[in-house]
Amino acid sequence: MRHAARPGSWRRCGHCFASRPCLERAARPQGGGGGGMLATGTESLLRQASVCLILVSREVGAEELGRFCARVSALLQAEDWGPDALDALRRLFLIVAATKYSRRLEPTCVALLQTTLCSPRCPERLQLLCAAVLREMAPSDSLSLSCDHAPSSRQLGLVASVLLAQGDPQQVRTVGQCVIKVLESRQPEGPSLTYLLPVVSKVTSLAPDALPEEQTKALSKRLGDWLRYASVQQGAAHASGGFFSTPRARQPGPVTEVDGTVATDFFTVLSTGQRFTEDQRLNVQAFSMLRAWLLQGGPARPGAADADDRSELEGSTVSVLSAASAASHLLPPAEWLREKALEYCQRLLEQSGRRALRKADSDLQKAVSAGGWPWAGPAAPSEPPVSPQCLVEAVLVLDVLCRQDPSFLYRALPCVRALRTRLCGDTACVRALLPIAQFFLHHGEAAAVDADAVCQHLFTRIPSEHFHSPMLAFEFVQFCRDHLVLFGSNLDLLRTSFPNLFKFLAWSSPALTSGFVALLPVLVDAGTAVEMLHLLLDLPSLTAALDLQLRASQAASERPLWDVSVRAPGCLEALRDPQAQGLFQHLLRAKASGTVERLTPLHQLLQPLASCARVLQCAQAVPTLLRAFFAAVTQVSLPPRASVPAAEGQLELRGQPQQYAVRAQSAAHSSPQGSRHGGAQRTGASGQAPRLSLPPSSPVGPWPASWHCCSWREVTHFSRLRGMKLTCTGGSLLAAPWGSTPPVPSALVTADPLPSLTPSTHPLALRGLPHRLFPLQRVATSPPLQLLLGRTFQKMPFLKARLVWAYPLASPARGQSPPHQAVVPDRPWGWGLLSGVLSDRVLSSQFPALCKLHPPLVVERAKELLEFVGSLGGPRSTGHMLTSVVWAIGEYLSVSWDRRCSAEQISRFFEALEALLFEVTQSRPSAALPKCPPQVITVLMTTLTKLASRSQDLIPRVSLLLSKMRTLAQSPAVGPVHGEDDLGAVRTRATELLNLLKMPSVAQFVLTPSVEVSQPRYHRDCNTALPLALDMVSRLLEREAGLLPG
Amino acid sequence: MVHAFLIHTLRAAKAEEGLCRVLYSCFFGAENSPNDSQPHSAERDRLLRKEQILAVARQVESMYQLQQQACGRHAVDLQPQSSDDPVALHEAPCGAFRLAPGDPFQEPRTVVWLGVLSIGFALVLDTHENLLLVESTLRLLARLLLDHLRLLVPGGANLLLRADCIEGILTRFLPHGQLLFLNDQFVQGLEKEFSAAWSH
Repeated sequence: MRHAARPGSWRRCGHCFASRPCLERAARPQGGGGGGMLATGTESLLRQASVCLILVSREVGAEELGRFCARVSALLQAEDWGPDALDALRRLFLIVAATKYSRRLEPTCVALLQTTLCSPRCPERLQLLCAAVLREMAPSDSLSLSCDHAPSSRQLGLVASVLLAQGDPQQVRTVGQCVIKVLESRQPEGPSLTYLLPVVSKVTSLAPDALPEEQTKALSKRLGDWLRYASVQQGAAHASGGFFSTPRARQPGPVTEVDGTVATDFFTVLSTGQRFTEDQRLNVQAFSMLRAWLLQGGPARPGAADADDRSELEGSTVSVLSAASAASHLLPPAEWLREKALEYCQRLLEQSGRRALRKADSDLQKAVSAGGWPWAGPAAPSEPPVSPQCLVEAVLVLDVLCRQDPSFLYRALPCVRALRTRLCGDTACVRALLPIAQFFLHHGEAAAVDADAVCQHLFTRIPSEHFHSPMLAFEFVQFCRDHLVLFGSNLDLLRTSFPNLFKFLAWSSPALTSGFVALLPVLVDAGTAVEMLHLLLDLPSLTAALDLQLRASQAASERPLWDVSVRAPGCLEALRDPQAQGLFQHLLRAKASGTVERLTPLHQLLQPLASCARVLQCAQAVPTLLRAFFAAVTQVSLPPRASVPAAEGQLELRGQPQQYAVRAQSAAHSSPQGSRHGGAQRTGASGQAPRLSLPPSSPVGPWPASWHCCSWREVTHFSRLRGMKLTCTGGSLLAAPWGSTPPVPSALVTADPLPSLTPSTHPLALRGLPHRLFPLQRVATSPPLQLLLGRTFQKMPFLKARLVWAYPLASPARGQSPPHQAVVPDRPWGWGLLSGVLSDRVLSSQFPALCKLHPPLVVERAKELLEFVGSLGGPRSTGHMLTSVVWAIGEYLSVSWDRRCSAEQISRFFEALEALLFEVTQSRPSAALPKCPPQVITVLMTTLTKLASRSQDLIPRVSLLLSKMRTLAQSPAVGPVHGEDDLGAVRTRATELLNLLKMPSVAQFVLTPSVEVSQPRYHRDCNTALPLALDMVSRLLEREAGLLPG
Repeated sequence: MVHAFLIHTLRAAKAEEGLCRVLYSCFFGAENSPNDSQPHSAERDRLLRKEQILAVARQVESMYQLQQQACGRHAVDLQPQSSDDPVALHEAPCGAFRLAPGDPFQEPRTVVWLGVLSIGFALVLDTHENLLLVESTLRLLARLLLDHLRLLVPGGANLLLRADCIEGILTRFLPHGQLLFLNDQFVQGLEKEFSAAWSH
């Protein structure tokens, strides 16, 4: 609306072509706009001529368009359907189509376009153009077209295309009903139905319930007839469609099979002949729309309608198995159609079998191994191109038939079985195996053995042999996604075959990354998660290995699938080295088989291929995949929609039972005593669900309404303490309101919020929580991940080797710059690289999540973390990695998470972080250095305060430091932080922390929360509340402040 | 069922990097407009459709470029073909990708594309189509269009001004977006019929 009002807005690209827009120029038939560019080559000519035309067409102003419409109208009015009208309509179409904004044509012109479209004498080309212009204008309010106006079925088809383009559901219905009415007329010399059948198909896809039931049935019956009883005589020349006729009509002969033999009684889409009759065309169309019709139209009301129909049939029950016999004409329409469809598909399978035997020659074999698309390879043109598609379609239709009527299974199964046996050895028909697998999976009970066999074949062999086919790869991944629920026992096979599946991903990463992101949560499995992580990190090397494999296996004369500009003779030779051979085979394994730590020799070997565009593309996809992997791993324990705290101050979603369960489990894992600091007390005996009792010091009292559902972080965000005059010291204040132990609220006893961690009758347990937790335990505690984390902080040979290999330079965002320019071989490796590529994009958000899964991680990996913290210094170390690592230290370096945490450890971390804070804040501001975000400073201060609250000897030191920080933040001229807001944030945080530290007991209580804050009840229940405690403290303080003198 | 067909440029010239031009597009029936309560103007719906097509074209272009780069073929390497060379259609790169629901179509869709020199052909499909059939249909359409429009021949007609020809081919070989199982003889028959109708 807003655009159409301003003609000037069409001139979006007017700056490229300053010349005045000129219709005549735009419309000069032979590319007049690009006339001067003939010598520059076809491509650029085409492009520039086209672009020129588009731009010029856009520049046609309203006035000019009005004049042009008048000219078109005059031509159409006079029924002058010569070259002028053709030319004018072509231009009109271009003008309307070239811009995305609506063009307002003269109403008379629009009316005349519709009249011409429905005129019985107008040539087809003009009608097509009229329809195209009207469709391009759609949706349009000024249409007066109706199906009743069309004089012929061909024109009805055109009118329908215009009407269906309007996007109006009511219109779709009207069109459908009108068209099906015409289809019902059965006069032999009636309108050609081939123009109308596709309209019906389209209507049912747009609005499945658009067609009346009676007519749907009637059409089903006729579709069955067309499928089975199309004539087997070739069409006579004069009957070939009306536009083309030869003066000498040849004697029609019988149609033939693809192998040249005469077809006796059954016409299918594989039958060939010189000319085709109307019913043969309908046969083709009927088969083409059959599957969609069965799925959408026919069986939309399968049960009742069929039963009624059947009872009408003289009350006799028609056995489906005998339906093929003479009684079959008595079947109700839907069953009739299914019956005929089955016969048709069986016939197709038989035909394709015959052909496949004949064509099993070496040419095809070669074409298949060379090209990704077996049927379009160099040898393909001699083949009838239709057969593999038919094969696939026949199996798909059989699948639909058997799903709708299981009694068909006994007739379909043998055919499909035979087909599978035939195709499994046939590399040319790999893609046909997917529908076959789908068929077996859908009919699991009857075909379980077949399903296993075909899945085995699919997962173990196909990816290794056909990873380079982009279409197969796409179909394969889609197949896996679509049939996850059906895999059953084969799901394990799928999971262990992930190294094979990843070959598709490694080879065609741009097209498949999103598919794999969706697939990863299913593929992640307890046994293989760690190996999968390794392989994901090795994915670019896998790409290179696959490249090398192709180079080694394919003759140079064939059309190569790899980048020939990258030469790797050394690689091919080195491959013969037995040691490299072993590693190479490991990388190209088909099934999960454990990890290998030392892949460095292989990385070195593959180094020349690291600059291949394909490898770089894959490397760019790895961070996304890693993120998905970690999300899949952590998702299992974190409740849905849980957010992971990435930085101090961010809300942390705790309090979900599932998550609490994880903690309890982790604690049980690491500390056998199972008792917790701060009040969570495990009363359950071994093997029973752990149960919490309230801490003895919970206050009793009203719960401030405004704090309902607030989170712990909100509470500890010091909002309540902000501005309070905490002039009193000592923890005695706290003791006062908490004098007596409240009774345990009955809610806790009656409704255990914890899902049982052991098999029990609890619904959550039945949903498989324990074994879903197990992989997390494995991932979080098993050596490789610890290795990953540990070595991440030790400059990690494990990760670094892979990263350095895959990321010679911090990767540019996809598409920003050609990967080939990105290779700078002597780029320094190390932290910059690491934090640039891995840390910021993947690990930073995952580190706290991993700590949450396995809280003792921080204590266990203290040495590496300290080293890492030591290496973080310098003004450049801003960013999420630092924030989240420091946050995690403050949160998890506590005796409440791991009893091994010692005061000495705390003070070592304190010193390291103190130094880090000093380093960060003392750097001078400079234009070359990025600003230090205030979050880094505040999170450092908070973490230091947290540590001090746990080891109270440190309190004087941290108080001094905080005072310094406060002072520093008051003088904006110095320090690395710019901006009054940022300084204010630092100042406020320092003040808050200082106030808090004045009461060490409160500080400990607030900064090291006990575990039950994880429960929502802790924030909602009026009997248990940290916020309540704080509120009470603040009131007491205020009152006391008022009472105390001065 | 095919939802839309489009022809667009690939490998835009340096001067207009990132500008992918849709040369022809056609929706077979329209997706119903989203069911929010606000009434839509027809203009907005049309704009939406055009943007959807452009989004598909852009994505095809980048998929094509990534695939070409991966095979070591770069835009600069490709010399303009002489007009006598038959276009090696069976070697033309093709691919498929999935469009998530809502981006840009309401329903999830599959896109199958074919890149022939500087022109991309793409079909937007319902998910679960027979992709083998789709691929061969797309190659067939591309061949017919290249042959009959003589697109790559200097001095040949510009496809922008030959919409009737494109429409004529689509009406026969992809009527209302219905993919057809056509064997060679059948294709020849239809092609003859088309040529006859267009010759006078």
